[in-house]
Amino acid sequence: MSLTHEANRSAKVGKPPRRPQSKRPSRKAAETRAGYAFLAPWLLGFIALTAGPMVASLYLAFTDFHPIRGGEWIGVDNFTRLFDDPRFLDSVQVTVTYAVVGTPIKLAAALGVAMLLNNRRRGQGTYRSLFYAPSLIGASVSIAIVWKAMFNDQGIVDDIGDFFGTWQGGWVGDPSKTMPMMILLTVWQFGAPMVIFLAGLKQIPGELYEAADVDGAGPWRKFTRITLPMLSPVLFFNLVLETIHSFQVFASAFIISGGRGGPANSTLFYTLYLYQRGFGQGQLGYAAAMAWLLVIVVGIITLIFFRTSRYWVHYTGEGR
Amino acid sequence: MSTATLDERRAPAAEHETMRRRVRRRRAGRTVGFHLLVWAVAIVMLYPGVWMLLSSFRPTNQIIGETGLIPDNTTLDNFRNALDGIGGISFWTFFTNSMVLGIGSVIGICLSCSVSAYAFSRIEFPGRGLFFTLMVCTLLLPFHVVIIPQFIMFNEVGWTDSYIPLLIGKFLAADAFFVFLMVQFMRNLPRELDESARIDGAGHLRIFSSIMLPLMRPVLATSSIFAFIWSWNDFLAPLIYLRSPDKYPLPLMLRQFTDQTSVSDYGAQMAAAVLALAPVLIFFILFQRYIVDGVATQGLKG
Repeated sequence: MSLTHEANRSAKVGKPPRRPQSKRPSRKAAETRAGYAFLAPWLLGFIALTAGPMVASLYLAFTDFHPIRGGEWIGVDNFTRLFDDPRFLDSVQVTVTYAVVGTPIKLAAALGVAMLLNNRRRGQGTYRSLFYAPSLIGASVSIAIVWKAMFNDQGIVDDIGDFFGTWQGGWVGDPSKTMPMMILLTVWQFGAPMVIFLAGLKQIPGELYEAADVDGAGPWRKFTRITLPMLSPVLFFNLVLETIHSFQVFASAFIISGGRGGPANSTLFYTLYLYQRGFGQGQLGYAAAMAWLLVIVVGIITLIFFRTSRYWVHYTGEGR
Repeated sequence: MSTATLDERRAPAAEHETMRRRVRRRRAGRTVGFHLLVWAVAIVMLYPGVWMLLSSFRPTNQIIGETGLIPDNTTLDNFRNALDGIGGISFWTFFTNSMVLGIGSVIGICLSCSVSAYAFSRIEFPGRGLFFTLMVCTLLLPFHVVIIPQFIMFNEVGWTDSYIPLLIGKFLAADAFFVFLMVQFMRNLPRELDESARIDGAGHLRIFSSIMLPLMRPVLATSSIFAFIWSWNDFLAPLIYLRSPDKYPLPLMLRQFTDQTSVSDYGAQMAAAVLALAPVLIFFILFQRYIVDGVATQGLKG
């Protein structure tokens, strides 16, 4: 206030406003200096822990680097060997199955429960917290141990199976049942996308449903014509996030299979195999090639989601 | 005259009353249906947790093959075994290690991410837009692509088997999620606040420390909670960097514990799992509003 007042007065008096003019460039320089000073931790981290390692990782992918005996440039050998490596192909198959089957089931459960909770205001907060809790602990080692115990030979799941006269010998040791077991573990964590869906559902104006009621629309029609389109940005967000996260499951697969990815490679998730190659066998070059392949695939999938989003994601207002 | 009007008045009132009752009955029916459905979901969701808790009090030979939740006889032996730890190292050593890492992460993230977020949202300087784009790009970047060169680098300088590789990223704002979260929060704070402070001659350091930081308390709380829980649950980074068992945080201790105790000693494993999860669950119960609202508004992942 006092500054502007003074400036007005000096203008009235007719003094040339030299001070602000001469100060401007130095002030800009000061701003730049302050900006870089404040950004210094992030910049240092970005260069030393993200950008630098990414470039290094790209280089390593073309070498046979080993922590003890070093490595040499071997060109694209790592990449060609990858596609002849049956364990690698198994790990891709396991991870893709997990992502393609698990993510839609998880999101469907999340949306279903979110819509159920959205009908009621009372007690909603409690249920929301209760259903969210597994998302917070689901990826932990503790829960992996519990899961293993539950699905092991003569575990409780066998007892439930016994009741229906099927399923014996536990799921952990049966290569055809480990995938359903892992998918159940991820579906159990539907709480995080559910909370996001609930926030999205609250944004849908009630008048839309009232208008649909007047027009005599049934619940299914209201769901497909109002809820889904209005919710599509949130659905998009959840889909991108959950798909990318599903490519990176590690701790649970590690604990349940004792770090081996068995039986018969059925829990050999991509990141677990990457760990085995890189840190178990010291083939860091090979593991770097796997890591870069993962980055490229994640990048392509994200790009596909974003490119196709305008065909199925409905944004209100902004005329997009 | 008067009776007629009274009757006329009473008739719609009675009709209204029956309608209200019908609506109420229908609403009650729907409420019962709602609660039945939600409780069915809740029971499935809670079953693994409750089973884990009750199994930890059960004699170990009675866990397998036990579907029921109520133990016939309870014991504290499992907890005694779990607290004994592994290789002569007590459970509390691992607990303390996890605490050190968790608190270190919280401090690092609150310091470095808030400062970076201030630069991104409040200071104009060349390159800011580019850096912001790069920061957002790292949000979705798989951790695995940087962990191999990081490992080689930290191995080279002799930092493996210490907490430095686990904490340095937190102090250098490498978790873009938190930077992004704080930038979003700061952008919603009125600019008039810092503009008037500027006019009064305050520099950036002063605006940041005495105006922004106090206002950022909610986002700092959300970030701290998640930073702590993620650090508490982290498995891959400690697995790669730590060699000496006395430096292990709880997830590594649990893994060792399940490898060492024979497959049949589920009781002690369950007790250890319960003890390892307890702080996270207590945290969750205390701060559930912050946590769940944080997820709802920012799309944070648990």
